[in-house]
Amino acid sequence: MKQIWIISRRELQSFFNSLMAYIILVTFLGFSGFFTWLFGSDVFFVKQASLQSFFGIAYWTLFFFIPALTMRLFAEENRSGTIELLVTKPINDWQLVLGKFLSTLLLIIIALVLTLPYYITVANLGPVDHGAVWSGYLGLILMSAAYISIGIFTSSISNNQIVGYMLALFIGIFFQIIFGLLAGNLSGFIGSILDYLSLSTHFESISRGVIDTKDLIYFLSIIFIGLVLTEGNLAKKRI
Amino acid sequence: MDIIVENLTKKFGTQRAVDNVSFKVKTGEVLGFLGPNGAGKTTTMRAITTFLTPNEGTIKFGNLSIYDHPDEIKKHIGYLPENNPLYQDMPVIDYLRFCARLQGIKKSKIKSKILKMVDLCGLEGEKHKKIGELSKGYQQRVGLAQALIHDPEVLIFDEPTAGLDPNQIVEIRKLIKKIGKEKTVILSSHILAEVEATCDRIMIINKGKIVADGTSDELRKHTQGKEILKITIEDGEKNEIFKALQKINSVEVVDFIDKNLNSFEIQSKPEMSSKKAIFKMCIEKAWTLTELTPFETKLEDVFRELTMN
Repeated sequence: MKQIWIISRRELQSFFNSLMAYIILVTFLGFSGFFTWLFGSDVFFVKQASLQSFFGIAYWTLFFFIPALTMRLFAEENRSGTIELLVTKPINDWQLVLGKFLSTLLLIIIALVLTLPYYITVANLGPVDHGAVWSGYLGLILMSAAYISIGIFTSSISNNQIVGYMLALFIGIFFQIIFGLLAGNLSGFIGSILDYLSLSTHFESISRGVIDTKDLIYFLSIIFIGLVLTEGNLAKKRI
Repeated sequence: MDIIVENLTKKFGTQRAVDNVSFKVKTGEVLGFLGPNGAGKTTTMRAITTFLTPNEGTIKFGNLSIYDHPDEIKKHIGYLPENNPLYQDMPVIDYLRFCARLQGIKKSKIKSKILKMVDLCGLEGEKHKKIGELSKGYQQRVGLAQALIHDPEVLIFDEPTAGLDPNQIVEIRKLIKKIGKEKTVILSSHILAEVEATCDRIMIINKGKIVADGTSDELRKHTQGKEILKITIEDGEKNEIFKALQKINSVEVVDFIDKNLNSFEIQSKPEMSSKKAIFKMCIEKAWTLTELTPFETKLEDVFRELTMN
Protein backbone atom coordinates (compact mmCIF):
# COMPACT_ATOMS: atom_id res chain seq x y z
CA MET A 1 0.00 0.00 0.00
CA LYS A 2 2.82 2.34 0.88
CA GLN A 3 4.55 1.68 -2.43
CA ILE A 4 1.31 2.36 -4.33
CA TRP A 5 0.98 5.72 -2.62
CA ILE A 6 4.61 6.64 -3.34
CA ILE A 7 4.02 6.04 -7.05
CA SER A 8 0.71 7.94 -7.03
CA ARG A 9 2.29 10.84 -5.28
CA ARG A 10 5.05 11.13 -7.83
CA GLU A 11 2.59 10.94 -10.72
CA LEU A 12 0.38 13.61 -9.18
CA GLN A 13 3.43 15.78 -8.62
CA SER A 14 4.35 15.26 -12.24
CA PHE A 15 0.82 16.21 -13.40
CA PHE A 16 1.05 19.46 -11.49
CA ASN A 17 4.68 20.19 -12.41
CA SER A 18 4.03 19.76 -16.09
CA LEU A 19 0.97 22.08 -16.09
CA MET A 20 -1.06 19.14 -17.41
CA ALA A 21 -3.16 19.10 -14.24
CA TYR A 22 -3.94 22.83 -14.45
CA ILE A 23 -4.84 22.65 -18.12
CA ILE A 24 -7.18 19.73 -17.51
CA LEU A 25 -8.76 21.35 -14.46
CA VAL A 26 -9.30 24.70 -16.12
CA THR A 27 -10.69 23.33 -19.37
CA PHE A 28 -12.86 20.79 -17.58
CA LEU A 29 -14.34 23.42 -15.29
CA GLY A 30 -14.65 25.84 -18.21
CA PHE A 31 -16.47 23.40 -20.48
CA SER A 32 -18.76 21.95 -17.87
CA GLY A 33 -19.48 25.37 -16.38
CA PHE A 34 -20.27 26.90 -19.77
CA PHE A 35 -22.72 24.20 -20.73
CA THR A 36 -24.22 23.87 -17.26
CA TRP A 37 -24.92 27.57 -16.77
CA LEU A 38 -24.72 29.50 -19.99
CA PHE A 39 -25.41 27.57 -23.14
CA GLY A 40 -27.55 24.81 -24.64
CA SER A 41 -29.83 22.88 -22.35
CA ASP A 42 -28.43 24.58 -19.28
CA VAL A 43 -29.95 24.78 -15.83
CA PHE A 44 -31.95 27.93 -16.66
CA PHE A 45 -33.22 26.49 -19.92
CA VAL A 46 -34.60 23.30 -18.38
CA LYS A 47 -35.85 25.32 -15.40
CA GLN A 48 -35.15 22.52 -12.97
CA ALA A 49 -32.88 22.52 -9.96
CA SER A 50 -30.95 19.49 -11.16
CA LEU A 51 -27.41 18.72 -12.22
CA GLN A 52 -28.42 16.42 -15.08
CA SER A 53 -27.05 18.80 -17.70
CA PHE A 54 -23.73 18.96 -15.86
CA PHE A 55 -23.47 15.18 -15.70
CA GLY A 56 -24.23 14.91 -19.41
CA ILE A 57 -21.45 17.35 -20.26
CA ALA A 58 -18.96 15.88 -17.80
CA TYR A 59 -19.64 12.45 -19.27
CA TRP A 60 -18.28 13.61 -22.63
CA THR A 61 -15.51 15.95 -21.48
CA LEU A 62 -14.02 13.26 -19.24
CA PHE A 63 -14.21 10.81 -22.11
CA PHE A 64 -11.85 13.00 -24.13
CA PHE A 65 -9.66 14.25 -21.28
CA ILE A 66 -8.89 11.02 -19.50
CA PRO A 67 -6.87 9.45 -22.35
CA ALA A 68 -4.84 12.66 -22.45
CA LEU A 69 -3.90 12.10 -18.84
CA THR A 70 -3.23 8.39 -19.09
CA MET A 71 -1.39 8.31 -22.42
CA ARG A 72 1.83 9.39 -20.76
CA LEU A 73 1.81 7.01 -17.83
CA PHE A 74 3.57 4.00 -19.30
CA ALA A 75 4.42 5.14 -22.83
CA GLU A 76 6.82 7.77 -21.47
CA GLU A 77 8.45 5.33 -19.05
CA ASN A 78 8.92 2.86 -21.88
CA ARG A 79 10.30 5.45 -24.25
CA SER A 80 12.81 6.98 -21.87
CA GLY A 81 13.74 3.66 -20.28
CA THR A 82 12.88 4.82 -16.76
CA ILE A 83 10.67 1.75 -16.49
CA GLU A 84 13.87 -0.23 -16.07
CA LEU A 85 14.85 1.72 -12.98
CA LEU A 86 11.35 1.57 -11.62
CA VAL A 87 10.79 -2.17 -11.84
CA THR A 88 14.21 -2.95 -10.40
CA LYS A 89 13.27 -1.06 -7.25
CA PRO A 90 11.53 -3.00 -4.48
CA ILE A 91 8.08 -2.69 -6.00
CA ASN A 92 5.99 -5.19 -7.93
CA ASP A 93 4.06 -4.67 -11.14
CA TRP A 94 0.70 -4.52 -9.42
CA GLN A 95 1.78 -1.78 -7.06
CA LEU A 96 3.11 0.15 -10.02
CA VAL A 97 -0.08 -0.22 -12.08
CA LEU A 98 -2.35 0.58 -9.16
CA GLY A 99 -0.21 3.57 -8.20
CA LYS A 100 -0.53 5.08 -11.65
CA PHE A 101 -4.24 4.28 -11.77
CA LEU A 102 -4.83 5.91 -8.42
CA SER A 103 -2.92 9.06 -9.32
CA THR A 104 -5.13 9.77 -12.33
CA LEU A 105 -8.30 8.88 -10.46
CA LEU A 106 -7.30 11.30 -7.71
CA LEU A 107 -6.79 14.08 -10.23
CA ILE A 108 -10.27 13.44 -11.66
CA ILE A 109 -11.73 13.43 -8.16
CA ILE A 110 -10.04 16.77 -7.51
CA ALA A 111 -11.66 18.10 -10.70
CA LEU A 112 -15.04 16.81 -9.58
CA VAL A 113 -14.65 18.26 -6.09
CA LEU A 114 -14.06 21.63 -7.71
CA THR A 115 -17.50 21.38 -9.34
CA LEU A 116 -19.21 21.10 -5.95
CA PRO A 117 -19.97 24.84 -6.01
CA TYR A 118 -22.33 24.08 -8.93
CA TYR A 119 -24.19 21.71 -6.64
CA ILE A 120 -24.34 24.25 -3.85
CA THR A 121 -25.59 26.96 -6.22
CA VAL A 122 -28.25 24.73 -7.73
CA ALA A 123 -29.32 23.61 -4.27
CA ASN A 124 -29.93 27.29 -3.41
CA LEU A 125 -32.02 27.80 -6.56
CA GLY A 126 -34.60 25.16 -5.80
CA PRO A 127 -35.31 21.74 -4.37
CA VAL A 128 -32.60 19.32 -5.47
CA ASP A 129 -32.72 15.55 -5.40
CA HIS A 130 -29.64 15.16 -3.25
CA GLY A 131 -29.48 11.40 -3.70
CA ALA A 132 -29.42 11.75 -7.50
CA VAL A 133 -26.59 14.30 -7.32
CA TRP A 134 -24.38 12.11 -5.18
CA SER A 135 -25.05 9.02 -7.23
CA GLY A 136 -24.36 11.12 -10.34
CA TYR A 137 -20.95 11.97 -8.94
CA LEU A 138 -20.41 8.32 -8.13
CA GLY A 139 -21.33 7.47 -11.71
CA LEU A 140 -18.77 9.96 -13.02
CA ILE A 141 -16.08 8.53 -10.77
CA LEU A 142 -16.84 4.96 -11.83
CA MET A 143 -16.93 5.91 -15.48
CA SER A 144 -13.63 7.80 -15.13
CA ALA A 145 -12.05 4.82 -13.40
CA ALA A 146 -13.13 2.57 -16.26
CA TYR A 147 -11.62 4.89 -18.88
CA ILE A 148 -8.45 5.39 -16.84
CA SER A 149 -8.02 1.67 -16.72
CA ILE A 150 -8.48 1.42 -20.49
CA GLY A 151 -6.14 4.38 -21.01
CA ILE A 152 -3.41 2.89 -18.84
CA PHE A 153 -3.65 -0.33 -20.78
CA THR A 154 -3.30 1.40 -24.16
CA SER A 155 -0.43 3.47 -22.79
CA SER A 156 1.42 0.30 -21.83
CA ILE A 157 1.15 -1.08 -25.36
CA SER A 158 3.61 1.20 -27.14
CA ASN A 159 6.30 3.80 -26.54
CA ASN A 160 4.27 6.40 -28.34
CA GLN A 161 1.91 8.60 -26.35
CA ILE A 162 -0.23 9.49 -29.36
CA VAL A 163 -0.80 5.81 -30.11
CA GLY A 164 -1.88 5.42 -26.50
CA TYR A 165 -4.30 8.32 -26.78
CA MET A 166 -5.89 7.30 -30.06
CA LEU A 167 -6.20 3.67 -29.06
CA ALA A 168 -7.84 4.61 -25.78
CA LEU A 169 -10.36 6.77 -27.65
CA PHE A 170 -10.95 4.01 -30.17
CA ILE A 171 -11.68 1.41 -27.50
CA GLY A 172 -13.54 3.96 -25.41
CA ILE A 173 -15.89 5.08 -28.18
CA PHE A 174 -17.38 1.57 -28.36
CA PHE A 175 -18.33 1.67 -24.72
CA GLN A 176 -19.27 5.32 -24.86
CA ILE A 177 -21.71 5.23 -27.75
CA ILE A 178 -21.32 2.51 -30.40
CA PHE A 179 -22.53 -0.42 -28.30
CA GLY A 180 -25.53 1.69 -27.27
CA LEU A 181 -26.38 2.62 -30.88
CA LEU A 182 -26.06 -0.95 -32.09
CA ALA A 183 -28.14 -2.21 -29.20
CA GLY A 184 -30.90 0.18 -30.29
CA ASN A 185 -30.96 -1.35 -33.76
CA LEU A 186 -30.59 -4.97 -32.81
CA SER A 187 -33.08 -6.96 -30.84
CA GLY A 188 -32.93 -10.27 -29.07
CA PHE A 189 -29.93 -11.82 -27.36
CA ILE A 190 -27.21 -9.85 -29.18
CA GLY A 191 -29.10 -6.65 -28.58
CA SER A 192 -29.29 -7.24 -24.87
CA ILE A 193 -25.61 -8.15 -24.67
CA LEU A 194 -24.66 -4.94 -26.48
CA ASP A 195 -27.00 -3.01 -24.24
CA TYR A 196 -25.26 -4.45 -21.21
CA LEU A 197 -21.85 -3.59 -22.66
CA SER A 198 -22.81 0.01 -23.32
CA LEU A 199 -21.34 2.26 -20.69
CA SER A 200 -23.90 4.96 -21.20
CA THR A 201 -26.75 2.66 -20.12
CA HIS A 202 -25.07 2.01 -16.80
CA PHE A 203 -23.98 5.59 -16.35
CA GLU A 204 -27.47 6.91 -16.97
CA SER A 205 -29.09 4.52 -14.55
CA ILE A 206 -26.60 5.48 -11.85
CA SER A 207 -26.83 9.19 -12.51
CA ARG A 208 -30.61 8.98 -12.20
CA GLY A 209 -30.08 7.87 -8.65
CA VAL A 210 -30.46 4.13 -8.97
CA ILE A 211 -27.40 2.33 -7.73
CA ASP A 212 -27.71 -1.25 -8.83
CA THR A 213 -25.10 -3.95 -8.14
CA LYS A 214 -25.38 -4.91 -11.81
CA ASP A 215 -23.97 -1.47 -12.76
CA LEU A 216 -21.28 -1.58 -10.11
CA ILE A 217 -20.15 -5.01 -11.29
CA TYR A 218 -20.04 -3.69 -14.86
CA PHE A 219 -17.72 -0.79 -14.00
CA LEU A 220 -15.57 -2.82 -11.66
CA SER A 221 -15.04 -5.52 -14.27
CA ILE A 222 -13.91 -3.01 -16.91
CA ILE A 223 -11.48 -1.53 -14.39
CA PHE A 224 -10.26 -4.95 -13.39
CA ILE A 225 -9.79 -6.23 -16.94
CA GLY A 226 -7.92 -3.06 -17.99
CA LEU A 227 -5.54 -3.30 -15.06
CA VAL A 228 -4.95 -7.04 -15.50
CA LEU A 229 -4.09 -6.49 -19.17
CA THR A 230 -1.70 -3.67 -18.22
CA GLU A 231 0.04 -5.86 -15.69
CA GLY A 232 0.25 -8.58 -18.32
CA ASN A 233 1.83 -6.13 -20.73
CA LEU A 234 4.45 -5.12 -18.19
CA ALA A 235 5.30 -8.73 -17.43
CA LYS A 236 5.42 -9.60 -21.12
CA LYS A 237 8.10 -6.98 -21.81
CA ARG A 238 10.42 -8.72 -19.38
CA ILE A 239 10.21 -12.24 -20.74
CA MET B 1 26.26 -10.84 -0.49
CA ASP B 2 27.51 -13.29 -3.11
CA ILE B 3 25.93 -13.46 -6.52
CA ILE B 4 25.76 -16.90 -8.09
CA VAL B 5 24.75 -17.19 -11.73
CA GLU B 6 24.15 -20.71 -12.98
CA ASN B 7 23.60 -21.73 -16.61
CA LEU B 8 21.95 -18.42 -17.45
CA THR B 9 20.42 -18.38 -20.91
CA LYS B 10 18.41 -15.53 -22.37
CA LYS B 11 16.97 -15.73 -25.85
CA PHE B 12 15.49 -12.96 -27.95
CA GLY B 13 13.54 -14.79 -30.58
CA THR B 14 15.94 -17.38 -31.88
CA GLN B 15 19.04 -15.41 -30.99
CA ARG B 16 20.79 -16.43 -27.80
CA ALA B 17 21.86 -13.13 -26.25
CA VAL B 18 23.33 -14.92 -23.26
CA ASP B 19 24.22 -18.56 -23.72
CA ASN B 20 24.63 -20.87 -20.74
CA VAL B 21 26.70 -18.51 -18.63
CA SER B 22 27.79 -19.43 -15.10
CA PHE B 23 29.89 -17.39 -12.69
CA LYS B 24 30.11 -16.28 -9.11
CA VAL B 25 30.93 -12.90 -7.60
CA LYS B 26 32.00 -12.69 -3.98
CA THR B 27 31.44 -9.93 -1.48
CA GLY B 28 34.19 -7.34 -1.68
CA GLU B 29 34.91 -8.15 -5.28
CA VAL B 30 34.62 -5.77 -8.21
CA LEU B 31 33.86 -7.68 -11.38
CA GLY B 32 34.28 -6.02 -14.75
CA PHE B 33 32.32 -7.15 -17.77
CA LEU B 34 34.13 -6.58 -21.01
CA GLY B 35 32.89 -7.34 -24.44
CA PRO B 36 32.17 -5.89 -27.86
CA ASN B 37 28.80 -4.31 -28.58
CA GLY B 38 25.98 -6.81 -28.47
CA ALA B 39 28.01 -9.39 -26.57
CA GLY B 40 25.37 -9.84 -23.88
CA LYS B 41 26.76 -7.63 -21.10
CA THR B 42 23.64 -5.58 -20.61
CA THR B 43 21.35 -8.60 -20.93
CA THR B 44 23.27 -10.44 -18.23
CA MET B 45 23.07 -7.42 -15.95
CA ARG B 46 19.38 -6.99 -16.62
CA ALA B 47 18.78 -10.60 -15.70
CA ILE B 48 20.71 -10.12 -12.45
CA THR B 49 18.66 -7.04 -11.56
CA THR B 50 15.46 -9.03 -12.23
CA PHE B 51 14.49 -6.68 -15.05
CA LEU B 52 14.57 -9.55 -17.54
CA THR B 53 13.43 -13.06 -16.75
CA PRO B 54 15.94 -15.69 -17.90
CA ASN B 55 14.81 -18.46 -20.24
CA GLU B 56 16.96 -20.97 -18.43
CA GLY B 57 19.21 -21.06 -15.41
CA THR B 58 19.09 -19.48 -11.99
CA ILE B 59 20.53 -16.44 -10.29
CA LYS B 60 20.99 -16.42 -6.55
CA PHE B 61 21.88 -13.67 -4.12
CA GLY B 62 23.35 -15.56 -1.18
CA ASN B 63 20.59 -18.06 -0.56
CA LEU B 64 17.82 -16.08 -2.22
CA SER B 65 16.74 -16.97 -5.73
CA ILE B 66 15.41 -14.30 -8.07
CA TYR B 67 12.39 -16.47 -8.78
CA ASP B 68 11.28 -16.89 -5.19
CA HIS B 69 12.29 -13.63 -3.51
CA PRO B 70 12.44 -10.87 -6.12
CA ASP B 71 11.20 -8.17 -3.75
CA GLU B 72 13.69 -9.08 -1.06
CA ILE B 73 16.55 -9.16 -3.56
CA LYS B 74 15.66 -5.82 -5.15
CA LYS B 75 16.15 -4.11 -1.78
CA HIS B 76 19.81 -5.08 -1.90
CA ILE B 77 20.54 -3.93 -5.43
CA GLY B 78 21.72 -0.54 -6.53
CA TYR B 79 21.40 -0.33 -10.28
CA LEU B 80 22.64 2.18 -12.80
CA PRO B 81 21.21 1.15 -16.17
CA GLU B 82 22.74 1.79 -19.54
CA ASN B 83 22.03 5.32 -20.85
CA ASN B 84 21.02 6.33 -17.32
CA PRO B 85 17.27 6.86 -17.74
CA LEU B 86 15.88 9.48 -15.35
CA TYR B 87 12.71 11.55 -15.01
CA GLN B 88 13.78 14.66 -16.87
CA ASP B 89 11.09 16.91 -15.44
CA MET B 90 11.83 16.14 -11.80
CA PRO B 91 14.13 18.21 -9.59
CA VAL B 92 17.16 16.27 -8.34
CA ILE B 93 16.13 16.44 -4.68
CA ASP B 94 12.59 15.28 -5.41
CA TYR B 95 13.84 12.40 -7.47
CA LEU B 96 16.23 11.24 -4.78
CA ARG B 97 13.44 11.52 -2.21
CA PHE B 98 11.20 9.42 -4.43
CA CYS B 99 13.90 6.74 -4.72
CA ALA B 100 14.60 6.80 -1.00
CA ARG B 101 10.91 6.31 -0.27
CA LEU B 102 10.61 3.44 -2.73
CA GLN B 103 13.59 1.79 -1.11
CA GLY B 104 11.77 1.91 2.20
CA ILE B 105 14.18 4.23 3.99
CA LYS B 106 12.71 5.51 7.25
CA LYS B 107 11.11 8.93 7.05
CA SER B 108 13.37 10.36 9.71
CA LYS B 109 16.49 9.29 7.81
CA ILE B 110 15.48 10.31 4.30
CA LYS B 111 16.73 13.86 4.57
CA SER B 112 20.13 12.96 5.92
CA LYS B 113 20.53 10.19 3.32
CA ILE B 114 19.74 12.61 0.50
CA LEU B 115 22.22 15.16 1.81
CA LYS B 116 24.85 12.45 2.11
CA MET B 117 24.32 11.42 -1.52
CA VAL B 118 24.34 15.02 -2.72
CA ASP B 119 27.64 15.44 -0.94
CA LEU B 120 29.13 12.13 -2.10
CA CYS B 121 28.21 12.64 -5.75
CA GLY B 122 29.03 16.35 -5.85
CA LEU B 123 25.53 17.57 -6.63
CA GLU B 124 25.46 20.43 -4.14
CA GLY B 125 25.09 23.21 -6.70
CA GLU B 126 22.58 21.35 -8.85
CA LYS B 127 20.26 19.80 -6.32
CA HIS B 128 17.30 22.10 -6.96
CA LYS B 129 17.57 22.00 -10.74
CA LYS B 130 15.43 19.76 -12.87
CA ILE B 131 17.29 16.65 -13.98
CA GLY B 132 16.67 17.52 -17.64
CA GLU B 133 18.57 20.78 -17.20
CA LEU B 134 21.73 19.09 -16.01
CA SER B 135 24.69 18.19 -18.20
CA LYS B 136 25.25 14.55 -19.00
CA GLY B 137 27.98 14.18 -16.40
CA TYR B 138 25.77 15.56 -13.65
CA GLN B 139 22.91 13.34 -14.76
CA GLN B 140 25.26 10.41 -14.43
CA ARG B 141 25.97 11.51 -10.87
CA VAL B 142 22.26 11.60 -10.14
CA GLY B 143 22.07 8.06 -11.54
CA LEU B 144 24.84 7.00 -9.18
CA ALA B 145 23.19 8.76 -6.26
CA GLN B 146 19.91 6.93 -6.77
CA ALA B 147 21.77 3.63 -6.99
CA LEU B 148 23.65 4.24 -3.75
CA ILE B 149 21.01 5.95 -1.64
CA HIS B 150 19.79 2.87 0.22
CA ASP B 151 23.32 1.63 0.87
CA PRO B 152 22.83 -1.60 -1.12
CA GLU B 153 25.03 -4.65 -0.77
CA VAL B 154 25.13 -5.29 -4.48
CA LEU B 155 25.92 -2.65 -7.07
CA ILE B 156 25.36 -3.10 -10.74
CA PHE B 157 26.66 -0.39 -13.03
CA ASP B 158 26.17 -0.54 -16.76
CA GLU B 159 28.83 1.73 -18.25
CA PRO B 160 29.10 4.02 -15.24
CA THR B 161 31.53 6.52 -16.72
CA ALA B 162 29.85 7.08 -20.07
CA GLY B 163 29.63 10.79 -20.82
CA LEU B 164 31.88 11.95 -18.00
CA ASP B 165 34.91 14.18 -18.38
CA PRO B 166 38.35 12.78 -17.47
CA ASN B 167 38.35 14.31 -13.97
CA GLN B 168 34.95 12.93 -13.21
CA ILE B 169 35.96 9.53 -14.55
CA VAL B 170 38.84 9.41 -12.12
CA GLU B 171 36.52 10.43 -9.28
CA ILE B 172 33.93 7.82 -10.14
CA ARG B 173 36.56 5.12 -10.43
CA LYS B 174 37.90 6.05 -7.01
CA LEU B 175 34.38 5.94 -5.64
CA ILE B 176 33.73 2.51 -7.13
CA LYS B 177 37.02 1.18 -5.73
CA LYS B 178 36.12 2.55 -2.32
CA ILE B 179 32.62 1.10 -2.35
CA GLY B 180 33.85 -2.16 -3.79
CA LYS B 181 35.80 -3.06 -0.68
CA GLU B 182 32.69 -3.95 1.29
CA LYS B 183 30.16 -4.61 -1.42
CA THR B 184 29.67 -6.80 -4.43
CA VAL B 185 30.10 -4.75 -7.58
CA ILE B 186 29.52 -5.69 -11.18
CA LEU B 187 30.29 -3.10 -13.82
CA SER B 188 30.41 -3.20 -17.56
CA SER B 189 32.45 -1.12 -19.89
CA HIS B 190 34.16 -1.25 -23.18
CA ILE B 191 36.94 1.00 -22.01
CA LEU B 192 39.66 -1.48 -21.18
CA ALA B 193 41.77 0.88 -19.12
CA GLU B 194 38.78 1.56 -16.93
CA VAL B 195 38.10 -2.07 -16.21
CA GLU B 196 41.77 -2.63 -15.53
CA ALA B 197 41.91 0.31 -13.15
CA THR B 198 38.80 -0.46 -11.13
CA CYS B 199 38.16 -4.18 -11.22
CA ASP B 200 39.64 -7.03 -9.21
CA ARG B 201 38.44 -9.49 -11.76
CA ILE B 202 37.67 -9.22 -15.43
CA MET B 203 35.29 -11.29 -17.44
CA ILE B 204 35.28 -11.06 -21.20
CA ILE B 205 32.04 -11.97 -22.91
CA ASN B 206 31.62 -12.57 -26.60
CA LYS B 207 28.46 -13.68 -28.38
CA GLY B 208 26.76 -14.53 -25.13
CA LYS B 209 29.56 -16.72 -23.81
CA ILE B 210 32.31 -16.16 -21.30
CA VAL B 211 35.60 -16.34 -23.16
CA ALA B 212 37.93 -15.29 -20.36
CA ASP B 213 37.69 -14.85 -16.62
CA GLY B 214 40.44 -13.77 -14.24
CA THR B 215 42.54 -10.88 -12.95
CA SER B 216 44.10 -8.64 -15.56
CA ASP B 217 47.50 -10.32 -14.98
CA GLU B 218 46.03 -13.74 -15.45
CA LEU B 219 44.37 -12.68 -18.65
CA ARG B 220 47.64 -11.32 -19.98
CA LYS B 221 49.48 -14.55 -19.24
CA HIS B 222 46.68 -16.37 -20.96
CA THR B 223 47.77 -15.05 -24.33
CA GLN B 224 51.36 -14.15 -23.54
CA GLY B 225 53.16 -17.39 -24.21
CA LYS B 226 56.43 -15.81 -25.32
CA GLU B 227 58.62 -13.09 -23.94
CA ILE B 228 59.17 -10.14 -26.24
CA LEU B 229 62.02 -7.71 -25.61
CA LYS B 230 63.11 -4.50 -27.19
CA ILE B 231 66.82 -3.89 -26.92
CA THR B 232 69.24 -1.24 -28.15
CA ILE B 233 72.97 -1.82 -28.26
CA GLU B 234 75.54 0.86 -28.96
CA ASP B 235 79.20 0.55 -29.99
CA GLY B 236 78.72 -2.46 -32.20
CA GLU B 237 78.32 -3.35 -35.86
CA LYS B 238 74.70 -4.11 -36.53
CA ASN B 239 75.09 -7.28 -38.54
CA GLU B 240 77.52 -8.69 -36.03
CA ILE B 241 75.09 -7.99 -33.20
CA PHE B 242 72.28 -9.50 -35.19
CA LYS B 243 74.21 -12.74 -35.69
CA ALA B 244 75.33 -12.88 -32.07
CA LEU B 245 71.75 -12.45 -30.91
CA GLN B 246 70.58 -15.26 -33.13
CA LYS B 247 73.13 -17.58 -31.59
CA ILE B 248 71.64 -17.26 -28.11
CA ASN B 249 69.87 -20.49 -27.23
CA SER B 250 66.67 -19.05 -25.89
CA VAL B 251 66.12 -16.63 -28.75
CA GLU B 252 63.67 -17.61 -31.41
CA VAL B 253 63.29 -14.57 -33.67
CA VAL B 254 65.38 -11.42 -34.00
CA ASP B 255 64.11 -8.46 -35.90
CA PHE B 256 65.37 -4.95 -36.59
CA ILE B 257 63.24 -2.18 -35.24
CA ASP B 258 65.51 0.62 -36.33
CA LYS B 259 68.71 -0.21 -38.23
CA ASN B 260 70.35 3.16 -37.57
CA LEU B 261 69.89 2.96 -33.83
CA ASN B 262 70.82 -0.69 -33.54
CA SER B 263 67.54 -1.55 -31.87
CA PHE B 264 66.05 -5.00 -32.15
CA GLU B 265 62.96 -6.87 -31.24
CA ILE B 266 63.65 -10.25 -29.76
CA GLN B 267 61.14 -12.99 -29.32
CA SER B 268 62.17 -15.79 -26.98
CA LYS B 269 61.23 -19.42 -27.25
CA PRO B 270 58.14 -20.43 -25.26
CA GLU B 271 58.56 -20.23 -21.47
CA MET B 272 62.18 -19.04 -21.74
CA SER B 273 63.81 -15.72 -20.99
CA SER B 274 66.74 -14.25 -22.89
CA LYS B 275 67.40 -11.22 -20.69
CA LYS B 276 70.38 -12.67 -18.82
CA ALA B 277 71.99 -14.15 -21.91
CA ILE B 278 71.75 -10.84 -23.76
CA PHE B 279 73.33 -8.98 -20.88
CA LYS B 280 76.19 -11.50 -20.62
CA MET B 281 76.78 -11.38 -24.35
CA CYS B 282 77.13 -7.59 -24.26
CA ILE B 283 79.68 -7.80 -21.45
CA GLU B 284 81.73 -10.40 -23.32
CA LYS B 285 81.80 -8.37 -26.52
CA ALA B 286 82.14 -5.04 -24.69
CA TRP B 287 78.99 -3.60 -26.24
CA THR B 288 76.90 -1.07 -24.38
CA LEU B 289 73.37 -2.16 -23.71
CA THR B 290 71.36 1.05 -23.57
CA GLU B 291 67.87 -0.34 -23.60
CA LEU B 292 66.16 -3.54 -22.57
CA THR B 293 62.41 -3.28 -22.35
CA PRO B 294 60.02 -6.18 -21.99
CA PHE B 295 56.93 -5.72 -24.15
CA GLU B 296 53.82 -6.23 -22.07
CA THR B 297 50.88 -7.83 -23.72
CA LYS B 298 48.21 -5.21 -23.47
CA LEU B 299 44.71 -6.04 -22.39
CA GLU B 300 43.68 -4.65 -25.77
CA ASP B 301 45.52 -7.48 -27.46
CA VAL B 302 43.95 -10.07 -25.20
CA PHE B 303 40.57 -8.56 -25.89
CA ARG B 304 41.10 -8.51 -29.64
CA GLU B 305 42.40 -12.03 -29.71
CA LEU B 306 39.44 -13.38 -27.77
CA THR B 307 36.66 -11.48 -29.44
CA MET B 308 37.73 -11.36 -33.08
CA ASN B 309 37.20 -14.31 -35.30
